[in-house]
Amino acid sequence: MNRFAELLDRLAYEPGRNNKIKLLVAYFRETADPDRGYALAALTGALSFKHAKPGLIRDLITERADPVLFGLSYDYVGDLSETVALMWPKAVSAPNSESLLGHPSPQPSPTRGEGALPARSPDKAARLLRDTDIEREGRTSRSVPSPLVGEGQGEGYHTGGLDTELRPRTHNNPPPPTLTEVVTTLRTLGKTELPAQLARWLDELDETGRWALLKLVTGAMRIGISARLAKTAAAALGDKDAHEIELMWPGLSPPYLDLFAWLEGRGHKPVNRDPTPFRPVMLAHAIEDADFANLDAADFIAEWKWDGIRVQAVSGRDDRGNIHVRLYSRTGEDITGSFPDLVPSLHLPGAVDGELLVLRDGRVQTFNVLQQRLNRKIVSPKLIKDYPIHLRAYDLLGDDDNDLRELPFVERRARLEAFVTKLNDPRIDLSPTVPFTSWEQLTAARADPRSAGAGEDADAVEGVMLKRRDAVYLPGRPKGQWWKWKRDPHIIDAVLMYAQRGHGKRSSYYSDYTFGVWTNGDDGEQLVPVGKAYFGFTDEELLQIDRFVRRNTTEKFGPVRHVVHEPDQGLVLEVAFEGLQRSPRHKSGVAMRFPRISRLRWDKPPREADRLETLERMLKNVTAN
Amino acid sequence: MKLKGAYIAEMRPQDILMPVAAGLCCRPGGFHIDPVRPVERALITHGHSDHARPGHGAVLATQETLDMMRLRYGDDFARSTQVIGYGEQIRLGDVTASFHPAGHVLGSAQIAVTCKDRRIVASGDYKDARDPTCAPFELVPCDVFITEATFGLPVFRHGDAADQVQKLLASVRLFPERAHLVGAYSLGKAQRVIALLREAGYDAPIYLHGAMEKITTYYQERGIPLGELRPARGMKKAELAGTITLAPPSATSDVWTRRFPDPVTAFASGWMRVRARARQGGVELPLVISDHADWGGLTATIAATGAGEIWVTHGQEDALVHWCKTKGLAAQPLDLVGYGDEDEGEAAPAGETADEAEA
Repeated sequence: MNRFAELLDRLAYEPGRNNKIKLLVAYFRETADPDRGYALAALTGALSFKHAKPGLIRDLITERADPVLFGLSYDYVGDLSETVALMWPKAVSAPNSESLLGHPSPQPSPTRGEGALPARSPDKAARLLRDTDIEREGRTSRSVPSPLVGEGQGEGYHTGGLDTELRPRTHNNPPPPTLTEVVTTLRTLGKTELPAQLARWLDELDETGRWALLKLVTGAMRIGISARLAKTAAAALGDKDAHEIELMWPGLSPPYLDLFAWLEGRGHKPVNRDPTPFRPVMLAHAIEDADFANLDAADFIAEWKWDGIRVQAVSGRDDRGNIHVRLYSRTGEDITGSFPDLVPSLHLPGAVDGELLVLRDGRVQTFNVLQQRLNRKIVSPKLIKDYPIHLRAYDLLGDDDNDLRELPFVERRARLEAFVTKLNDPRIDLSPTVPFTSWEQLTAARADPRSAGAGEDADAVEGVMLKRRDAVYLPGRPKGQWWKWKRDPHIIDAVLMYAQRGHGKRSSYYSDYTFGVWTNGDDGEQLVPVGKAYFGFTDEELLQIDRFVRRNTTEKFGPVRHVVHEPDQGLVLEVAFEGLQRSPRHKSGVAMRFPRISRLRWDKPPREADRLETLERMLKNVTAN
Repeated sequence: MKLKGAYIAEMRPQDILMPVAAGLCCRPGGFHIDPVRPVERALITHGHSDHARPGHGAVLATQETLDMMRLRYGDDFARSTQVIGYGEQIRLGDVTASFHPAGHVLGSAQIAVTCKDRRIVASGDYKDARDPTCAPFELVPCDVFITEATFGLPVFRHGDAADQVQKLLASVRLFPERAHLVGAYSLGKAQRVIALLREAGYDAPIYLHGAMEKITTYYQERGIPLGELRPARGMKKAELAGTITLAPPSATSDVWTRRFPDPVTAFASGWMRVRARARQGGVELPLVISDHADWGGLTATIAATGAGEIWVTHGQEDALVHWCKTKGLAAQPLDLVGYGDEDEGEAAPAGETADEAEA
């Protein structure tokens, strides 16, 4: 458990993706089965046990610590698990804590006059022996014998072999639990036994271990690791592709002994007997204007690009002929639980690639509406009724037992049309193709989806997809097969108002920018912040903005710099964004979707930047539709 | 309890030492301890800038503290100076003062003030943990103990500094292509981290930010072995891969870091125990190494002094005062301002350039 805790601790601080993978790989390499398997399960969200409630944790600590001290500490630290992990009393020395004052009065210090370097005397060695007996992490060297509480700084004067011999645990210190023990115990433990068991473990673990344990049992890891990243790291252990793991993942279960055996070359590749495996998805490249010159319109089929979420809906029969259904996100995460209302519709064995949308009265709703259904742990009947879920299908990867991925797209499309017809379900329909014979024609359709076939659903169209007729279904982003041609973003000119340091590699740069537009406020013409962007610029542009920020700071608020923004002084940023919505949380009343810096307008004086009214007009256009 | 009161025949502790705007004032002795404003006579506990300020008339301190003030402020930092050794007693007015190791940094001292048969110890900043770069904390029995409370909450338990150094070394092994930047206060912490690295068997050259060179050289001159040290200045980026560099905390998020290959930012401080504190500063590798006593150290020391009355200054006074009271000790926060600045200033790296930056 302590090694796992150390990993979580380190991951929580590491901003870089590659470095996170490196930390994970090192952990998988150094840690034996089955611990590493349970770690992988914890990181991929594959563990299931009833979680402990914060109230239980709070009770545990207030039974053991002065409530006033706990309150002050919690105020300071701000996180319950962390506060408890940090101030959990050491079990072994706890009985001593009350007797501090009753101890013999101090003797004159023996250290007076000693040099700066630690001295070793028989007297100290003897004390060391006694203290180490009492407390494992305890403070063992002070000039005065003192019944010290807890795990102090006290590395004291242990040096040399004596210490290492003495350090192994005595009968008073049971070994800390392994991750495997924790996971397997939690699976079977009754609710009433949980508090005592947790307390025992907290006694045995060090503070990082306690923190990780509490994060694990409360189900609130939040350390910035996706399931995909954890699998990628596992794959890297055996120099394999993460896709291969995704493919077999639904057939695997913790602690993944067969997976690790294969990754280390000790075993066969695990065969996926899962009736509903995930198939790594095929992705598109963004098309540039220059690309069209080399492309023949006749080679492609076009579809609308829907502003929903990509989903793979898989339905299959198990050995006994029962149908199983799973919904996967584009990264292979199982999201079936969030959409129970779609499951009955997938009653034929097959694997559909499509877009998850919310449809009301046959009309596709915007992404903002769909968002209400995402990442839900509990799906209420009301939610299901108010946000009816829908699958718009655009590819068929498997039909019954047949893998169709080797077929050209045009053939898969024909199979898909037949499959959707046979399903005959109101929740599943076909994503229509966009007819065109020349790029000019497609350009026109993209500019006006409403009159080019998307009709009422045009608001949910965010561009067109181009797929080669002969493209087989390949995982990843193969070149030249699929293209996405997004609708042009909205563009405004805004003024840089505040800048903040970035993270990781960018921590020495001001790379997060808050920008604003003009409005007529209480104090006359003033800038009101409308968004924040931290990408879109080149490395060279970042240097330029960073320099500008440093030279034009008017005030500092902690990590945030107030940058000059006057009508004739300041920096205008061209900001591109995908959509706009009303937001009571923003002072301006609007929030942008996917804003990024598209150009630096050194040429433009701030007074000529856009106004809030322009954004409000855009908002009206969207909602009026 | 009120600090100001009518005359009573027996001398009360607050007649010996009391907080005034300039700092802790000893009227019967005619001096201040660690004054924050210029005074006629000052007794200084240690060289950190929030305790040792320039501009006083006469200054009494250990040799090391005086040397450090000279290094930081120049030769004329005070009108006159006088050296006092650990354990030495000096008569000042109606009181006797003596200096005792505080274990905080090189030359740091607690100051015991005795008047008739009553003794007050102003501990300054102190720690009871081992530090190879300074004399260990010495317990001075007393009637009134004035303690700091920088880490005066039970969540602060610093653990073994050697383990933290192992964590740093493990990271260096894991990322040999990256540079490791360790933020550490330039007086005391930096040298302690270096010494701990050497004890852990790390014998490669250790690089220094320019702001640390002078004080580190001074430590070496005082006979503290720190191994081979090099200035980071002028090094090529590629040459710094796999190396360890120490810098003032504010420098680790500064433009200065751009000379390092994909640096891992570490910070050696007791604050690193709290994740939010570490994350605020953009720290990737928090190292819990502190030169202040932790909760266990504070409470154990208070108890061991035998003092019946505890005055608590700079830090988390409330929790420590509460603890003292639950143990039947008279305790009160001592309203002193101006301390903790050296740590705070460096702990929250918001500044543009490193403090005292020379590189």
